Amino acid sequence: MTDGIGPEASQGRYLGMVVDGSVTKGTEIRLDGRTSVEDVKLGTFVTIQGERHRFFGVVTDVGLGSADDSLKHSPPGVEDPFIAEVVSGTAAYGTVKVLPTLTMPAPLGDSEGPSPARTVPAHFSRSYSASEGDVEAVFGREDARHFWVGTPLDMETKVCLDLGALVERSMGVFGKSGTGKTFLTRLLLVGILQSDLASALVFDMHSEYGWQGRNPERGTVVKGLKQLFPSKVVVFSLDEESSRNRGLSPDEVVRIAYDDIEPEDIEVLRENLGLSQVATDAAHDLARRFGARNWLKEFSAMEGREAVFDLAQEIGVNPQALSALHNRLRRFQRYGFLGPKGREDSVRSILEHLDRGMHVVLEFGRYGSDLNAYILVANLLTRRIHERYVRRKEEAEGGSGREPRPLVITIEEAHKFLSPSVASQTIFGTIAREMRKYNVTLMVIDQRPGAIDSEVMSQLGTKLTCLLDNERDIESVLGGAPGGRELRAVLSRLESHQQALIFGHAVPMPVVVRTREYGSAESYEELGRRGVAAGDGSGPRRSLEEELSDLF
Amino acid sequence: MTEAQVPRRVGEVVESASDRFVAQCYTLYESPSLGAFVRAGSEGANGDGTPVYGVVYGVSTQSLDPGRPVIARGGDSASEDEVYDANPQLARLLCTRFEAVITGHSAGGSLKQYLPPLPPRIHSFVFECAGDEEREATRSLDFLGLLLGASPFGPGMADEVIAACLRRASAHQEDPRGFLVGAGKALAAYLSRDLTRLDAILRRLRP
Repeated sequence: MTDGIGPEASQGRYLGMVVDGSVTKGTEIRLDGRTSVEDVKLGTFVTIQGERHRFFGVVTDVGLGSADDSLKHSPPGVEDPFIAEVVSGTAAYGTVKVLPTLTMPAPLGDSEGPSPARTVPAHFSRSYSASEGDVEAVFGREDARHFWVGTPLDMETKVCLDLGALVERSMGVFGKSGTGKTFLTRLLLVGILQSDLASALVFDMHSEYGWQGRNPERGTVVKGLKQLFPSKVVVFSLDEESSRNRGLSPDEVVRIAYDDIEPEDIEVLRENLGLSQVATDAAHDLARRFGARNWLKEFSAMEGREAVFDLAQEIGVNPQALSALHNRLRRFQRYGFLGPKGREDSVRSILEHLDRGMHVVLEFGRYGSDLNAYILVANLLTRRIHERYVRRKEEAEGGSGREPRPLVITIEEAHKFLSPSVASQTIFGTIAREMRKYNVTLMVIDQRPGAIDSEVMSQLGTKLTCLLDNERDIESVLGGAPGGRELRAVLSRLESHQQALIFGHAVPMPVVVRTREYGSAESYEELGRRGVAAGDGSGPRRSLEEELSDLF
Repeated sequence: MTEAQVPRRVGEVVESASDRFVAQCYTLYESPSLGAFVRAGSEGANGDGTPVYGVVYGVSTQSLDPGRPVIARGGDSASEDEVYDANPQLARLLCTRFEAVITGHSAGGSLKQYLPPLPPRIHSFVFECAGDEEREATRSLDFLGLLLGASPFGPGMADEVIAACLRRASAHQEDPRGFLVGAGKALAAYLSRDLTRLDAILRRLRP
């Protein structure tokens, strides 16, 4: 054996040799007698030195093998250490299944990156545990475009996300409640803010991203985006009172006019409001009757059952359905953020901030616990922002305007917007499907990915998932991913905190990470650092705008 | 164990076949031990040019003349040695022979661990290997295959011979235990389908 000698010095520990395999099922490695199976763990990285290529893969199964079945019935005298040493690795041995996903460039460290593996290493190729250098070569070094999100299991190397690829398509963050979705999301947002590759708009249901968030495990408070990037983040609030109670003053308070609510917005709420299809359709009839801008105001203002029944008669809809709709929509009157058309236009204000390269966090305050308010506002704002983006993108294509800056919209409880029954109607379904065409992408956060429309799930470019144990959820997240069957074992064995499986566009291969620390003074120092270079030539102009926004 | 550093001439080939030869010792009871490496023939002027190596597989002592069976003579003697002293002719009437399984030969200056094209000639001088020659003979363990397959004295005998041979060879190694583990692993590859036999040999090999 030549471990640590000559060209193999840069390799990790020798594991064993390839004895079987296929591209679809992965290769089987027979462990050397000196390597204990207990030292090889699921999800760890392995390199295989083939005849012409060096392969990089991940351990998807660990097992025990024997040269002969009789071993089970009459085991050799392994109570003697000598016999045990002879027999291990020969008559009885460990096996490891490795899914070789990449071929590494040779020599290592060349400018050329790793590429997807389309073959398997030859018989008897030698396999090693991946060294820190190997992992770094695959997952990139931290720089303006690569954000350090965590470390692989049992290693201290950094796993970096390609932020350009991450924001180019929609992404999903999944996991059971309490597995660290919020921390992971906050990290991703920090990455996007650091790189400045896109603007972020966060519909912050539980007020966890803006000024500060909570660490429920330790019962401590962690800094939000505004504290890390004071000049780049604007916090909007839907509930000024809640912000004040928490001792914070939002940069702006959101007001939404009745005029802005369209029948489509009611359609998304159909399930939550418990309305029939007929009732939601009636909203369209009302819009025709009262006009698109006035329908809700006029309709909510109606008093008494008779008046509603008369109206039903007049516009030709089922009186019971219209009455139900009337009932539910009157609940909106409790929303303090809804009102008649005022001077300020929150949508315009949010868009202006986004255009200036700022990032917007919309805190819902006490409305965060009212799913109807969350869905209504997120849908309404996103619809209008999207409209604007589509127009501007088309203008830019026609040569009469500037490309809109890429935008990532973050929504929580995503299955409420993207369930199979509403995904085709909501703006979020549209964004998820049309992807990056209009420079708007989604970051969907959910604990029940199984309830999200499968078409939407398949359009997510990068998926980051913490522990999931519901079959349907796992199926939905892994469905269609290459090596899905192997990843399933990895996913269901994640620890319940601080561990996530990441796969898709932003990483060259699926990887399990222990997420980066967030919450210590040191981590704030590193996270708050602006990307090394904005890198697109618009740096000076943007910084001028930043200064202006700081001034006023 | 005192180690002879030079090969000792012990006898001559009296029967020869492709896979084994029988040698008669010059002196009664002066046979190499079970499992020892022996060489028949020498390179150069003293031999036919193809030294053949083997491992001692069995030692026997009997009457030289099959028509004159050995009879008991010590009825009145106080010790066994007295019997021999009183019957000096015994050293001429009895002879010790040993059988060796051929495990390789020397060709072109290097040791090949497979059968020679021809077995040693009758009357080839037989030497017990020692020192460098013995170490060279066990540098590769390919000969184990030939030993495992040989069973002129019954199947259990091969296991005994292999264990004796490896135990002897390990004594001349820098790392005797490491050598035995390596040899054990080589045996495990041959005997992966017969773990009971592997276990039996390994128990005899234990350092």
